[in-house]
Amino acid sequence: MFKYISKRLLMMIPVLIGVAFIIFTIMDFTPGDPARLILGEYAAQEDIDALREEMGLNENFFVRFGTYVKGAVTGDFGKSYRNNLPVSNEVGSRLPTTLKLTFLGMTLAVFIGIPIGVLSAVKQYTIIDNVTLIAALLLTSIPGFWLGLMMILFFSLRLDLLPATGIDSMKHFIMPSITLAAGTMATLIRMTRSTMLEVIRQDYIRTAKAKGGNEKRIIFIHALRNALLPVITLVGVNFGILLGGAVVIEAVFAIPGLGTLMIGAVRAKDTPVLIATVTCIALIGGLITLIVDILYIFIDPRIKSQYVKGSR
Amino acid sequence: MSEKLLEIKDLHVVYETDEATVYAVNGLDLVVNKGETLGLVGETGAGKTTTALSIMKLLPDRIGLIKNGRIQFEEHDITKLSEADMRLVRGNSMSMIFQDPMTSLNPVLTIGYQIYEVLELHNNKMSKAQISAKVDEILKLVGLPPERKNEYPHQFSGGMKQRVVIAIALACEPKLLLADEPTTALDVTIQAQVLELMKGLKDKFNMAMILITHDLGVVAQTCDKVAIMYAGEIIELGSVKDIFESADHHPYTVGLFGSIPDMTKKTRRLNPIEGLMPDPTNLPKGCVFHARCPKCMEICKTKKPQSVTKNDHMIRCHLFKYA
Ligand SMILES: Nc1ncnc2c1ncn2[C@@H]1O[C@H](COP(=O)(O)OP(=O)(O)OP(=O)(O)O)[C@@H](O)[C@H]1O
Ligand code: SF4
Ligand SMILES: [Mg+2]
Repeated sequence: MFKYISKRLLMMIPVLIGVAFIIFTIMDFTPGDPARLILGEYAAQEDIDALREEMGLNENFFVRFGTYVKGAVTGDFGKSYRNNLPVSNEVGSRLPTTLKLTFLGMTLAVFIGIPIGVLSAVKQYTIIDNVTLIAALLLTSIPGFWLGLMMILFFSLRLDLLPATGIDSMKHFIMPSITLAAGTMATLIRMTRSTMLEVIRQDYIRTAKAKGGNEKRIIFIHALRNALLPVITLVGVNFGILLGGAVVIEAVFAIPGLGTLMIGAVRAKDTPVLIATVTCIALIGGLITLIVDILYIFIDPRIKSQYVKGSR
Repeated sequence: MSEKLLEIKDLHVVYETDEATVYAVNGLDLVVNKGETLGLVGETGAGKTTTALSIMKLLPDRIGLIKNGRIQFEEHDITKLSEADMRLVRGNSMSMIFQDPMTSLNPVLTIGYQIYEVLELHNNKMSKAQISAKVDEILKLVGLPPERKNEYPHQFSGGMKQRVVIAIALACEPKLLLADEPTTALDVTIQAQVLELMKGLKDKFNMAMILITHDLGVVAQTCDKVAIMYAGEIIELGSVKDIFESADHHPYTVGLFGSIPDMTKKTRRLNPIEGLMPDPTNLPKGCVFHARCPKCMEICKTKKPQSVTKNDHMIRCHLFKYA
């Protein structure tokens, strides 16, 4: 088990370096001199040359990337071109907001999507099932930013019930997390429904019925856990999608999170901030996938016995 | 000995699917006495599993329907029993072993719990400790070490899984056991062990059993009576002696046995007969077997034969008349 986790963690290192390398390369090819960006349009040429020398910008591309990685390993991600503050401070101060938004979104998606999916499967062919499927279809096809804008129009401007922007209270997170959750919720509803229907047809469910158990027992003790195994994998994958979605949703609701930081960094060609935000999102995505995989091991005894000694 | 436990009268079961209506069981009559073993034999698709599922009232929801008939089990007519009342019968006084042990156990629950569950469902007076002790006892009975009760199905071999399935079915000491090809999915050597085990336990609990099988050797060794099923009907029924030794047989039975049946030749499989079973969505007029019957007469194509019984040996064929 420990070996498995360390292996997975080690495997994330090349991925993160790769992500950083891609962003570094793209930013290097885009026009614009960082030294000029920092000093401003009207700075003297000598000052710019001096700063370029100081920042090591005249070095070869690979040497510069190497220097960056070396710094990053020791926790130094450089300074923002825009405000000269350490990147780690800025990313660190915005990370909690994005994480909060993502986790709220995922919680909503899981705690609404899965029960509705189960209900839909249990009530197959009824009106409940049909309504759920149509709703899920709608939720999948509506783009997140549009849903966000419509909610702002309705709940903030028309009804004046919820704040349109900001993060001051929990209330501010209601609309953003619903918007963020919508697509994943729909996916979870449909996935849970179909795995549940699949499981209900299995022989072991018939065995359970043959024992004389009632419907509740069949669903909660025998079917649900089996049906949730593939859904859990899906939750893991969707965390990454939600993190990406958060970038867009933050822009819609003007939330100061990693997403808005990233968009600002792209606009200003603020390479150090951009690399740090993107790799940070990649890191979180990787960690969550790992956590979900570990969870899976403990839920599925067939996989557990491969990893945990003594459970044979 | 001849006290009736189960009596099926004129049972008709259909599967109504989107495409067609499948006539799976068509006018089936059957009696099983207490402690008796009945072998139910027939080609694939004859309606054997459907019959067993009807008795358990476990036909697939919405699709499988009992159209007509009565299934009298002890004092209940199962066809009229509510789902809640039926749950008290299932797993308790009547239980079933399904065709495939590999898929019959829940992969995420320990085998101990899966046996525990059925005991808990039907014994509300027993304490947890008593039930656990009973689980150990049953595991020993089916030849599994009780120490392994906290393991999951995937950690057991096919034969061991079938022992677990048998343990679940027998935990509450049912009066009737429906065993649907309990050994077909197993290795030949293990087949014999499992059958021996079932026979022993059947005698120990004095339970009645309907044994669905393709194996005539198994029938000869374990059964008291044999029912031969074809296209949802029982076309011949009699004691093992009648089926294996009598001179009179339904032409289908003769085909099944290949030549003259011989009880001394062991583990003889059902013989393939030329042709196919009639399409269950569109059954032929007259005798259901007439398209494949070597002795087919004109009357067979239009008129359904009545069952003719002589000394408890029933045959449904125009070749046989009331004496
Ligand atoms: N769920 C279902 N929906 C539609 N038709 C079905 C269904 N289950 C069984 N049937 C049909 O009913 C008929 C009887 O099937 P059944 O399973 O009872 O046969 P069987 O005698 O048990 O065969 P086998 O020896 O292969 O187990 C077959 O024609 C089969 O195709
Ligand atoms: S009734 Fe006719 S067709 Fe049917 S089995 Fe007898 S002889 Fe053959
Ligand atoms: Mg069958």
